[in-house]
Amino acid sequence: MSNQGPKTLFDKIWSEHLVGQREDGTSLLYIDRHLVHEVTSPQAFEGLKISNRPVHRPEATIAVADHNVPTINRQNIEDPQSKIQVETLAKNTKEHGIQYFDLMDQRQGIVHIIGPEQGITQPGMTIVCGDSHTSTHGAFGALAFGIGTSEVEHVLATQTIVQNPAKNMRISVNGDLPFGVNSKDLILYIIGKIGTAGGTGHVIEYAGSSIMGLSMEGRMTICNMSIEAGARAGLISPDQTTFNYIQGRPYAPGADHWDQALEYWSSLPSDNDANYDHEIVIDSSEIDPMVTWGTSPEDVVSVKGLVPNPSSAQTENKKKSIERSLEYMGLKPGTKITDIKLDKIFIGSCTNGRIEDLRKVASIVKDKKIASHVQAMIVPGSGLVKKQAEEEGIDIILKDAGFEWREAGCSMCLGMNPDQLKPGERCASTSNRNFEGRQGRGGRTHLMSPELAAASAITGNISDIRDFT
Amino acid sequence: MDKFNSLKGIAAPLPIVNIDTDMIIPKQFLKTIKRTGLGVSLFYEMRYDNDGNLIKDFVLNTSPFDQSKILVAGDNFGCGSSREHAPWSLKDFGIKCVISTSFADIFYNNCFQNGILPIVVSPDQLDQLMMAATNQIEFSIDLPEQTVKAGNHSINFEIEEFRKDRLLQGLDDIGITLGYQDKISAYEEDKKNKKPWLFKDN
Repeated sequence: MSNQGPKTLFDKIWSEHLVGQREDGTSLLYIDRHLVHEVTSPQAFEGLKISNRPVHRPEATIAVADHNVPTINRQNIEDPQSKIQVETLAKNTKEHGIQYFDLMDQRQGIVHIIGPEQGITQPGMTIVCGDSHTSTHGAFGALAFGIGTSEVEHVLATQTIVQNPAKNMRISVNGDLPFGVNSKDLILYIIGKIGTAGGTGHVIEYAGSSIMGLSMEGRMTICNMSIEAGARAGLISPDQTTFNYIQGRPYAPGADHWDQALEYWSSLPSDNDANYDHEIVIDSSEIDPMVTWGTSPEDVVSVKGLVPNPSSAQTENKKKSIERSLEYMGLKPGTKITDIKLDKIFIGSCTNGRIEDLRKVASIVKDKKIASHVQAMIVPGSGLVKKQAEEEGIDIILKDAGFEWREAGCSMCLGMNPDQLKPGERCASTSNRNFEGRQGRGGRTHLMSPELAAASAITGNISDIRDFT
Repeated sequence: MDKFNSLKGIAAPLPIVNIDTDMIIPKQFLKTIKRTGLGVSLFYEMRYDNDGNLIKDFVLNTSPFDQSKILVAGDNFGCGSSREHAPWSLKDFGIKCVISTSFADIFYNNCFQNGILPIVVSPDQLDQLMMAATNQIEFSIDLPEQTVKAGNHSINFEIEEFRKDRLLQGLDDIGITLGYQDKISAYEEDKKNKKPWLFKDN
């Protein structure tokens, strides 16, 4: 990457954070904000202790427990191991002087929901977290990516990370979104098109009028699932929508520095003639509401489509992979997606657990009842999302329709807490991964938008929001 | 960190694409606060039935593959979450090398933090190695020479020089970076002036 010439958003953030080169040729990148949760941090703090190393800059780190926390009766975590993990985070953060939002704090929630909500996430920052969905924060034009626990320890000790530059990929989606199509459909469509390894080694910048027309919530849903396309991170150029979202939030720059920050943020968008290693252009009119049928996020099809036939696969490996997925999912080739009957509905996660998502669900299920054979759960992304929804009366609408209204956390997205699918249960889920066993051993996950999940809760089958009245 | 130089032994074939980190180590085992003890739970849902009994025909439950130090797997190995529990569980089981056509970025990185060598080969080479593994032919891996040998096959693989050095020497990455403390402090001083809003006490 040269210092002269046109630059991408990624190039600009990268060069602005380069501390230097190590002798081994790797780059040392400065990390502005480090988000920490209970599952991937205990061994990192233990490592610091063993080596007798302090945390380099405690005020640059924010911690919260989200993966393991119960969404009911949270005064008492019943699982002893989960309890130890949450207590260990409280102890470690206290010992090192790190800001921690505890379980009784209204600001507690999924780490990728609360970063933006608190104004911690800002354009041009480098942000890391021991969690792959850190890519969410790229929606603000921040270079944000997931790291392993050894790297968490490295960031705690040095406030830097060892990296080599990623390649640049741009995916442009142009045009007005068709009725019933939203950000979740866009990103599922993109993953279906480029595959779960399509973005490996790259940072994906999302551009085009369809993307820039999205709210911050919608942009976060897109960037969140960049990791499901194999990308190191997702990015969207910051614009007025971004600045409006940030202004006035607790950790946002105050009046004393706002203009200075804004000037810098406004310099970040990619230069017009910047060079990309890969470019993909999509016309939004080709996109339908999307649903996954298999056990990888690339196993995606239009809600109007059919479960695929392994015999139509182009390679032997792909054929085997489809057969394995269909067996796990208990589906027959050629089945209409809308004929698939559901047992559970999960609305929440760092992909779709924000206020806008809850509002959409409420508008669809208002004055209706969920199908008698389904159990539907809605888990707000944070305590503040929950509070706002309650102020707007959304909780009443949802409860009247038959939804369970829970406390904030990662919940059934990964089922580390008691919210899990039982073997064979089929779930419409607004989360991000449909891997085998992800939501519970033998559980069958169909990823989709909150709109589709809401409509499906009412009918009890996977449903097309466009047919839903 | 453990050093890696060379390795000989039987390789376990796992001809599945997109083996994700949930398959490698399911969520219920992420509640530990230790790095060790996860080997028994590696590939849990493929290795054990609902009652916790061994599934006899799963490759890592059969002799001699239950002693494998090498895994040969389908495309995009390690996709999914950032959990370092995935390489921790592989290492604890005894796996020191994984061969595939591609790896997810975070998993790839995590391997090097734990003395595990991930080797990228072409699809044709993978087919050959998968066959060799299935036939229980001994593999011989040489990191300094960057070669994998199995029977008649001899394959050269690519690896970035700094990653190779770190594995060969078992270096402490944090210790190396702390050697650049002056540069980090100078960077911080410069940015405190240029971007003061990033340095407000939270």
